[in-house]
Amino acid sequence: MNAKELCGVANAKLDTFVTWTALDRSNLSDGRKLAVNYFIVAVILFFAQLLFGMIAATQFIFPSFLYGWLDFSVNRMVHINAMVVWMLYGFIGCTYWLLEDESQTEIVGLKFGKLAFWVLTIAVAVVVLVYLFIQIGAGNDTTLWLINEGREYIEAPRWADIGIVAVVLTFFYNVVATFSKGKWSGIAGVLTLDLVALAGLYLAGMFYMTNITHEQFWWWWVIHLWVEATWEVLVGVIMAWSLMKLLGVRRKIVTTWLYIEVALMFGSGILGLGHHYFWIGTPEYWLTIGGFFSALEPIPLVAMVVHAVYDSGSHAFKNGNHPALAWVIAHAFGNFFGAGVWGFMHTLPQINLYTHGTQWSASHGHLAFFGAYATINIAFFYLAIQHWRGDVWMSGNAQNAWRWKWALGLLNVGVVGMTIALLIAGYEQSFIERAVEGSTWSGYFSAQNHPSFQSAMVWRWFFGLMTFAGLILLIWDLLTIGKGETRKMAVVEAE
Amino acid sequence: MNEENPLWASESFWKKVAIWVTAGSFIILVVLTFDSLSQTEVGGKRVQAYSVINKKIDYVYKEDLHKFMPVIGETELLFGQEFTEEEAEKLVTLGKKTTQAKNCMNCHTLLGNGAYFAPDLTKAWLDKGWLSKELREDLMIKFLLDPENNARTFGSNRKMPNLHITPEEAKGVVAFLKWMSSIDTNGFPYNFKTIYATEE
Ligand code: HEM
Ligand code: HEM
Ligand SMILES: [Fe+2]
Repeated sequence: MNAKELCGVANAKLDTFVTWTALDRSNLSDGRKLAVNYFIVAVILFFAQLLFGMIAATQFIFPSFLYGWLDFSVNRMVHINAMVVWMLYGFIGCTYWLLEDESQTEIVGLKFGKLAFWVLTIAVAVVVLVYLFIQIGAGNDTTLWLINEGREYIEAPRWADIGIVAVVLTFFYNVVATFSKGKWSGIAGVLTLDLVALAGLYLAGMFYMTNITHEQFWWWWVIHLWVEATWEVLVGVIMAWSLMKLLGVRRKIVTTWLYIEVALMFGSGILGLGHHYFWIGTPEYWLTIGGFFSALEPIPLVAMVVHAVYDSGSHAFKNGNHPALAWVIAHAFGNFFGAGVWGFMHTLPQINLYTHGTQWSASHGHLAFFGAYATINIAFFYLAIQHWRGDVWMSGNAQNAWRWKWALGLLNVGVVGMTIALLIAGYEQSFIERAVEGSTWSGYFSAQNHPSFQSAMVWRWFFGLMTFAGLILLIWDLLTIGKGETRKMAVVEAE
Repeated sequence: MNEENPLWASESFWKKVAIWVTAGSFIILVVLTFDSLSQTEVGGKRVQAYSVINKKIDYVYKEDLHKFMPVIGETELLFGQEFTEEEAEKLVTLGKKTTQAKNCMNCHTLLGNGAYFAPDLTKAWLDKGWLSKELREDLMIKFLLDPENNARTFGSNRKMPNLHITPEEAKGVVAFLKWMSSIDTNGFPYNFKTIYATEE
């Protein structure tokens, strides 16, 4: 078979698949067509994330698995980069999804938006291929510009950084121009300012520095001030909008809540940055400032749970999209437990001295990223698919409801199971490697070889598989839910 | 403000609070950032000049401070050579770029940040795994050039892959690790016994 025939076959297969999904794009406005493009890539990258997570987890148990071909470092890099990128795709998608509705007008720069989508997607594909097939380079600037910057979470080479900034600026232009043409609201204002901060922070991660203390100082500006400040506020915005749409909560109430959340989140999260400045060479005052402010970070997360649960309860959980509401509630709790509780547990310097850089961090990282950010994106995938199907019924007695319920269960139980396994490993490491053996090379391996660590890695693997199974079911459900449904969506009454 | 809409429930009040709290926190952060960056310039008290690679570096518990601190001692040359500040900077820079280009951070932690598949590198230069201060440099270079055949897996079967590091890059990495071990990290890692502690 030559290349042309191969393309033909692939195209035919794709067509069959598209016909099978029976999704009608004419149900979507232009802005929302763009949004679902982002959602589709997000789901594909989510799949890649878990695939490479499974490979990395396997290497903890069988270190020779793919050794020399796809080493742990490569798999882990793809795992966490796919995560960061799919979540950003999801957030961009969510923003485009609510933009026209919130501004009550059509997206201004739709052409740019589409172009930006393709540029970004091709860039992401190239970066991933280079990660997988070139992997590493010589110790010089060329490598940092073209292959890999070697900095956890923001490994993307410099050329891609610049591309990302350009794309984000286009996105930002679209948001601002659309609100300006249509109408501004409290939600719109918070969203816009937050996006400025989110994009601006990325710049802090775009420089090479030999002084590793300075380098990590700026690196945390990106990582921490993203996930514990700007991303939190972004999901606050998204939640505010979805509570209005899903439950019909009054605008005045969600806007007031949103301002409260912004005050609490930025008031604790910005200086909470200091919990990463305990041990990287930075001055001692960070022990106090970082410890104090980061210990306050759970407060806004409690507020968010109260908000979501109270609103749902006061509307007797009556809503037009059950899976989406279930994931919104999973978000409120996941955010609170993963970020708030798990984060708080290791955030004071007196304990962080021992837990820093152990599986403890990984335990928190998994529950927090999943609980706070995977969940809310999944909720939006469900909102999107319902609309795409033509606003069909997705409340009680929906067809094949077991699928979304099982996907919800498997994903959540899987991640919680991994979190607990990693927590056990982390405690053991903090105790044996850090406290008793003083973090030496041999101390590290005594902890890694300990039976409780080893069995934790096996448990993590099985719960990982459960998570992965949950994702596959989720994808199947997203593709089929509401297919053949004739009833129209339940109407939500505004307060 | 009327009875039905007290201050604490008013939208415009919380909007102002949000703006002031955010701006205030950010300004404090910027001020602290200037201070921290200047206190951690290379050549200061917390982050040593690159030429510290010409010196003996140790890490010991200070009773009065209740924490471990790096101690810079007498001359102890690296690769039998005395580096000027510029030469040292060049070598450490090569080493740092190599650690990024080879993606060390996605298996190891540096200053405790990174991945958890391999040991922390913060004080790797001081690790007693290098047997003695006479053998250390050679062992490190050999290991970096061919980790597969010089692996010390401590029974874990986990081996560092061959990252095609050149001899010059390996020297750079060793210099970088030596320099990094002299950074004052507020006592992290705790209870670390150095290669010197074991020798004496
Ligand atoms: C949704 C929000 C959050 C996410 C996604 C998140 C995620 C993460 C991740 C992935 C890490 C590991 C970073 C690395 O690779 O080195 C981390 C570290 C950390 N997080 Fe969070 N986090 C969140 C919120 C919080 C909160 C609210 C707190 C405190 C109350 C917190 C406390 C910490 C601490 C202390 C560390 C450092 C761990 C160490 O020393 O190794 N996090 N976080
Ligand atoms: C199939 C399920 C999964 C498996 C098997 C898996 C496995 C892994 C492994 C082996 C690592 C490397 C940890 C290390 O350096 O020792 C890792 C890191 C990480 N994973 Fe996963 N993972 C899975 C799902 C997820 C999910 C659902 C999320 C979040 C949405 C996530 C977020 C992360 C993060 C943030 C890190 C970096 C943690 C840190 O540096 O502290 N993973 N994962
Ligand atoms: Fe943080």
